[in-house]
Amino acid sequence: MPDSSANIGHSAHDEHPAYLRHHFSSAEQQADAAGFAMWLFLLTEVMFFGGLFTAYLVYRNWYYPAFVSGSHQLNVVWGATNTVVLIFSSFTMAMGVWCAQTGRRRGLVLSLALTFILGLSFLGIKTIEYREKIEKHHVPGFHYSMQSFLDPQSNPEVYAEYHDKPLAPDMARHTELYFSLYFLMTGMHALHMVIGIGILGFMILRAWAGAYTAGHETFVVNFGLYWHFIDIVWIYLFALLYLISRH
Amino acid sequence: MSGHNEHARHIVGPGVYLVILFALLLGTALTVWASYVDLGLWNPVIALAIATTKAVLVVLFFMHVWYSTKLTKLTIIAGIFMFLVLISMTLADYISRAWGSW
Repeated sequence: MPDSSANIGHSAHDEHPAYLRHHFSSAEQQADAAGFAMWLFLLTEVMFFGGLFTAYLVYRNWYYPAFVSGSHQLNVVWGATNTVVLIFSSFTMAMGVWCAQTGRRRGLVLSLALTFILGLSFLGIKTIEYREKIEKHHVPGFHYSMQSFLDPQSNPEVYAEYHDKPLAPDMARHTELYFSLYFLMTGMHALHMVIGIGILGFMILRAWAGAYTAGHETFVVNFGLYWHFIDIVWIYLFALLYLISRH
Repeated sequence: MSGHNEHARHIVGPGVYLVILFALLLGTALTVWASYVDLGLWNPVIALAIATTKAVLVVLFFMHVWYSTKLTKLTIIAGIFMFLVLISMTLADYISRAWGSW
């Protein structure tokens, strides 16, 4: 139940919490409307990432050898580690929602802080991966190098694992397309993470002040939906970019 | 009516979240392991099937859709269905057209 301190300023009305807007008949209706709107937003995000996934699948179908060789340059251990990091961050976020719903202020702050740290860890690991791409000249653009694909043995640790055959120059050219899509997809995903981490920072301060544990937890719940959505996008990115071209 | 029973809404507890956490970790281990086995055409199918299973678990329990209103459920199903229509029509077009010169 909302505590009585939330009722200040509405004495002219029937007793209802201050956070209940006048155009809603109940706090439950208000929360349902906000949740519904959040889902509509997430569905536009599904379409947005879906377009990128479709482009990836079409080009992979066209330039299959280039996409397989390109994928072999990714490190599965880092990818899997990041998947585990994000799954744990989704768990801590879900625990945060539960703490907010049950009025546990310290638990909420702790959960959000852990989610914040795990989110930063994900970006840290992503930075390690990006740096390796920069060092190997696998970033699309003027400095892109096809060396790893024209002469796989020039890249001993990857060659030892996959024994890739050299690609013909016209196919090797298309590995740049693989990395364009790799950076576009993981970059858009990382941008969503950065935005999410920023909002988490704001929420930790508000949660510390007790904002979400007095009956009005909608913001935490809907942010949770956003955070879990980012997790789902990564689950598919991990499968498509890292895994399906292994063996 | 005015909001005294509003917290009849379902609160999902730590027990459910822990079970889903372990299911997701298991799924991750399974999909990494499966990717090292050569199953030919089935590799991407299995990877996507495991990814989809994980996504469904996240949506239903971490995102509370299992306990949500019919309106929310229907909206999500309609949105995902629309997405599948778009992606399958696009892929069907690209795969079946013999443009040839790639």
